[in-house]
Amino acid sequence: MLLIHCPYCKAERPELEFSNAGQAHVVRPSNMEEMSDAEFETMFFIRDNPKGVNLERWRHAHGCGRFFNVVRNTITDKFLKVYKAGEPRPSDKEIAELNK
Amino acid sequence: MKNFNALNLAREALRGHKGWEKQWTSPEPKKKYDVIIVGAGGHGLGTAYYLAKEHGITNIAVLEKGWLGGGNTGRNTTIIRSNYLYDESAGLYNHALKLWEGLSQDLNYNVMFSQRGVLMLAHSVHDVQSFQRHIHANRLNGVDNQWLSAQEAKDYCPPLNISKDSRYPIMGAALQRKGGTARHDAVAWGYARKATAMGVDIIQNCEVIGINRAPSGEVTGVETTKGTINAEQVGIVASGHSSVLMDMAGVQMPLESYPLQALVSEPVKPVFPCVAMSNAVHAYVSQSDKGELVIGAGTDSYLSYSQTGSMHILQHALDAIIEMYPMFSRMKMLRTWGGIVDVTPDRSPIIGKTPVKGLYVNSGWGTGGFKATPGSAHVFAHTIARDEPHKINAGFNLDRFRNGRLIDEAAAAAVAH
Repeated sequence: MLLIHCPYCKAERPELEFSNAGQAHVVRPSNMEEMSDAEFETMFFIRDNPKGVNLERWRHAHGCGRFFNVVRNTITDKFLKVYKAGEPRPSDKEIAELNK
Repeated sequence: MKNFNALNLAREALRGHKGWEKQWTSPEPKKKYDVIIVGAGGHGLGTAYYLAKEHGITNIAVLEKGWLGGGNTGRNTTIIRSNYLYDESAGLYNHALKLWEGLSQDLNYNVMFSQRGVLMLAHSVHDVQSFQRHIHANRLNGVDNQWLSAQEAKDYCPPLNISKDSRYPIMGAALQRKGGTARHDAVAWGYARKATAMGVDIIQNCEVIGINRAPSGEVTGVETTKGTINAEQVGIVASGHSSVLMDMAGVQMPLESYPLQALVSEPVKPVFPCVAMSNAVHAYVSQSDKGELVIGAGTDSYLSYSQTGSMHILQHALDAIIEMYPMFSRMKMLRTWGGIVDVTPDRSPIIGKTPVKGLYVNSGWGTGGFKATPGSAHVFAHTIARDEPHKINAGFNLDRFRNGRLIDEAAAAAVAH
């Protein structure tokens, strides 16, 4: 079982308290009626599925209930960085550094 | 290739079994093939077999980064059924079921297909209604499936605990009598043996690290750890890694990869006569011919390529197994493992052409690909040979996520299936 650090509760808690909420930093459109089918497909169905570093959202569902973002390696399942929702996406350079 | 028959067996028995040749060879790759299949699991090897047998294309390489049948073909719980809700799914999975019925004879290799019946247990009013809807839809599509009361289910599968006060009460079950199990390794081996006999090269320990395309866009071959191999047609059949490979060709797939776990118990005498599935509590169980209970658990909730999975997923499955079959409570579990499954948004596979000319994909089987092996391979071979889908897999195209014609088995089953 994974141990996950919640950036709001500032504590490590077992995975069972959390739910995964998919890819992080997906921008929801404000002009959905103007989108083409291809754009809608990308926004709605296409998700990153990297073998390596992934940026994803988690929710401390059985804790504070809040969403946060993490950088995680999908081969080792290691959490490389945890940061609050609304904070900027780490740069590619920072991600590469974290994954060393 | 020497056939397996009574005469040959007797002859070999008398001379110490020294006359059997290797079932498949391990050649070095040639510079060029007509078709490259990436992934030597059941679906990939089967595709090569049907390309050779039905379409006369034998200059084929099947590339495998590990060993033959070492991915999800060797990691599933070997359950075979075809009682899916939608017309497209019923067509595809029932096509597979019909091929399963003749597969051992077709391959001259015993895949130990056993139609012992698959029970799907209903634990709630919603389950009952949903399964009965499935049964009616199945009957319209000519797919075998029938409703059993709780007592009838217990008569069919005596270990079931149908008492009213159990934690997961059994209110009835859907039974597909034609469903059952098969020996998963034998499926890969049988296809590999027959494909080799027809001239297909199976190249193991050969990882694809790039897909080559001409300036005009079409596929020209693949880069591998054993060098460049050229072909005008490339089929990707790599289960959990399909999206990684498609990425190399510049195609983003609507796929997410998760670890799915299974486990087996110590072997015991025959106690469990059929396959019993409980979708609501995620517990699938059958007994292999070796005597082990084969138990399927769920997927982890996060993307991963780790081929392990979390302990609590197994615990959850075993909790449910013990509730429903109290007699298994003191059995020891021997082995657990995980396989990486590629899941589509509608939980139906993607079998067909891609935006790249000459590149084909057979992926997105999620948690239920084994049962479809022969059908999937058969229609995928047709798609590659004719450069157009078979009518059975026409609906399972990549375009459906753009035009909205989903085959939403996710909503139909309400769980992984």
